[in-house]
Amino acid sequence: MFGLIGAWYCNELYYGKTLFPQGSASVEGEKIDLMLLITIAITGVVFVITQVLLFWFSFKYQEKDGQKAFYFPHNTKLELIWTTVPAIFLTVLVVFGLKYWFKITGDAPKDSIVVEVTGHQFAWEFRYPGADKVLGKKNYKLTTAKNNLGVDFADPASHDDIHINTTMHIPVGVPVKMVIHSQDVIHDVGLPHFRMKMDAVPGIPTTQWFTPNITTADMKKKTGNPEFNFEIACDQLCGSSHYAMRGVIIVETMEEYKKWLAEQKSSTILCSRTRPRFKI
Amino acid sequence: MFPDKAPVQNITDSTIKQVTQVLPAKKIKTGYRQVPVECMPGELKSKNMSSVATLQHADVHGAHDAHHEHHHHETFITKYVFSQDHKMIAKQFLITGIIWAIIGGLFSVIFRLQLGYPDSTFPWLEDLLGHWAAGGKLKPEFYYALVTMHGTILVFFVLTAGLSGTFANFLIPLQIGARDMASPFLNMLSYWFFFLASIIMFSSLFVQTGPASGGWTIYPPLSALGEASSGSIIGMDLWLVSMAMFIISSLLGGLNYITTILNMRTKGMSMTRLPLTIWALFFTAVLGVLSFPVLLSGAILLLFDRNLGTSFFLSDIVIAGKILPNEGGSAILFQHLFWFLGHPEVYIILLPAMGMSSEIISVNSRKPIFGYMAMVGSVFAIAILAFLVWAHHMFVTGLNPFLGSVFVLLTLLIAVPSAIKVFNWLTTLWRANIRFTPGMLFAIGFVSLFISGGLTGIFLGNSALDLHLHDTYFVVAHFHIVMGVASFFGMFAGVYHWFPKMFGRYLNNTMAYIHFWITIIGSYLIFWPMHYEGLAGMPRRYYDYSGWSSFNMFAGLNEFISFVSMIVFAAQLLFVFNFFYSIFKGRKVTELNPWGANTLEWTTPIRPGHGNWPGEIPEVHRGAYDYAKDGKEFIPQDVPVGEDESKH
Repeated sequence: MFGLIGAWYCNELYYGKTLFPQGSASVEGEKIDLMLLITIAITGVVFVITQVLLFWFSFKYQEKDGQKAFYFPHNTKLELIWTTVPAIFLTVLVVFGLKYWFKITGDAPKDSIVVEVTGHQFAWEFRYPGADKVLGKKNYKLTTAKNNLGVDFADPASHDDIHINTTMHIPVGVPVKMVIHSQDVIHDVGLPHFRMKMDAVPGIPTTQWFTPNITTADMKKKTGNPEFNFEIACDQLCGSSHYAMRGVIIVETMEEYKKWLAEQKSSTILCSRTRPRFKI
Repeated sequence: MFPDKAPVQNITDSTIKQVTQVLPAKKIKTGYRQVPVECMPGELKSKNMSSVATLQHADVHGAHDAHHEHHHHETFITKYVFSQDHKMIAKQFLITGIIWAIIGGLFSVIFRLQLGYPDSTFPWLEDLLGHWAAGGKLKPEFYYALVTMHGTILVFFVLTAGLSGTFANFLIPLQIGARDMASPFLNMLSYWFFFLASIIMFSSLFVQTGPASGGWTIYPPLSALGEASSGSIIGMDLWLVSMAMFIISSLLGGLNYITTILNMRTKGMSMTRLPLTIWALFFTAVLGVLSFPVLLSGAILLLFDRNLGTSFFLSDIVIAGKILPNEGGSAILFQHLFWFLGHPEVYIILLPAMGMSSEIISVNSRKPIFGYMAMVGSVFAIAILAFLVWAHHMFVTGLNPFLGSVFVLLTLLIAVPSAIKVFNWLTTLWRANIRFTPGMLFAIGFVSLFISGGLTGIFLGNSALDLHLHDTYFVVAHFHIVMGVASFFGMFAGVYHWFPKMFGRYLNNTMAYIHFWITIIGSYLIFWPMHYEGLAGMPRRYYDYSGWSSFNMFAGLNEFISFVSMIVFAAQLLFVFNFFYSIFKGRKVTELNPWGANTLEWTTPIRPGHGNWPGEIPEVHRGAYDYAKDGKEFIPQDVPVGEDESKH
């Protein structure tokens, strides 16, 4: 029976090898990491105690000649103890969890940068609101091969919007609010480094915000991996190439970000050749 | 050819039940002799299949034991195929379940090959799967089909039908002291609807465009649109029709289980004297009856969306350059309908394993189960809470955060009754005199796995942590341990423990011990490392991780997991061999009560006929857990309370 405990100890070896030691790349994610640690600590203690008791009792009270089982059908006091003690610990976890949950899922700060994220089989696209800080309206019925996001160019706010494929740039230290759409099936914006996740649902826009706290360049140094990138992993099965629905997030300093943004072409320029009547 | 028997039998059974309740046991003969057996209509006398005959011969004729040979008119068809004997139906469920488990397990081995060895090719796969593995490499579409079918088969066909179908059928009448189910005919139909569902699901494996491949949760729009996935063309229709048949089967079975437990207990078998297996099977049946219809409604609406142009789950969709006309539906609505079944389903799978483990642990500890009423109460609490937590599968769908918080609270509440159960099992083992039969080993293994998998539920149920862990390998590890492997352990425990009652022979112990050790060590080696992958955010349902800088460091670990999973699968084949070999060649059971258990099934003959008891059904005088009481090793339920017996 003790061989089993050995098996778990072997598994403990994986801890150092595979756990992500880089820390969270977002301020909100740090809270989630802290909560994870608290939960691991509490459940870890319970786990060790119960499993050790289980195998110790099994070992100690094996059938022996002359040994008699002890008639012990119930004991109200004991039962009350192990009803209330877990309840107290769970209350602590629930309180912590909900505090962070409401903070993370609450409204994004007013100074957030807004980025629209659209998922479709099997890629991510991004739209920045441009100088007016307002995203132009969309209508999926306007979708064409050229206007693949279905942007409604009758809305003047759409004219300075910036449309980017696959790689999203955001500045460090500023809250980023993602407005998430899907065009076909349910996808999910999975951000393992930022400890965030939100589904992209056709017909129902969702939002998610977080504050990156480290740039891609610093992360490359920290991990010693020059190939490092923040990745967007689709976390909701979306079809045969689900496993390859990859996006990249480049977190950079505010100066780099502004410079990058200025270099991008707005939607008006992209669409002006096809739909000139919207030039005001 | 059958239906005429059911109603007759019902009336007779309940009549007798009433008589039994009114009159003391010994007077039944006189009370009932108003209809002497000689005056019975001829066809009633010769109805050997039904328990009517058994009852009349046995109870009316009293101690006339010579009448217990009732099987001379049975044909092969009525005994083995369209049987109405609950024990035979249980065996049908079990063997069908085993066949499905082999298929579902084999699928997991095939897709683990892809995950563990993404750069290798296996030419034999092409021989097996044809164009789905051209060149010996699995295609992504078929990888997802395998994942989907693995989940569907294991969750529904093996761990629902194979587990509660087998043991509810087998144990309920035997342990409550009934001749058969309330309606043996519906019981038979339940199996044959399951069989029909199996045929349809199996046939979907062979269609040109492949079986359903949207995951066992079949979220639309992926499952609604053939353009989105080739598995959503004809495979999905077959999946939905098969599941509809499955749900009918499950409802017929469940209603029968509930009715039987409530109405057909033998004299003296009050609800608080029921063995914990029966309590667990009772709540399982209640959960199934109340939640499966909701899945059926979801499945039907999805069929409408797919084939009739409705928009229940579809809105604002552009797929493959085509703008779909559907407007106003909600893809999230389906998830609510699905998880309203989907979460209770977890407990439909788990509760029978809990009940059987409780029973087996008590019998083999030679000690009463600690806190019987607390055990019943906690199963009841789990059953209630099971209906109130479904949206914890949906924390990241954009659900209203306040609604989410309610589900967090209710979800974590489940940990309280679960903790009570665990501590009660531990206390049952404390100062026991434990016999390590194979059934006992698996029951202890169940407790270990339930602890390990249950604790990770506390992570996932807390919505803030779920933001990070949702749909990662952490979830895969969690539900495989707590629902998959733990329930399998409960099922194995049950098979090893009740095999002597089912077939009158024992399973081979050596093979059983090998099976146990490989399975428990292997299960931990497979699923424990997945927690680490999940903590790193590695998504589930990926065909290949090598293109991801965030996850490709786990390649070695994935290979290890795949390797162990093949060994564990081989160990299950050893069990299958043991099972079929022992049916025909196993050591014969020579004593009525080989485990020294208290419950009523061990008062039947070694190979009970239809009707279970050749004479009167024993009367029950005590609960099922009087072990080690007053210096006696065990006191079966049908032993009257002695004058000097202590009260606890």
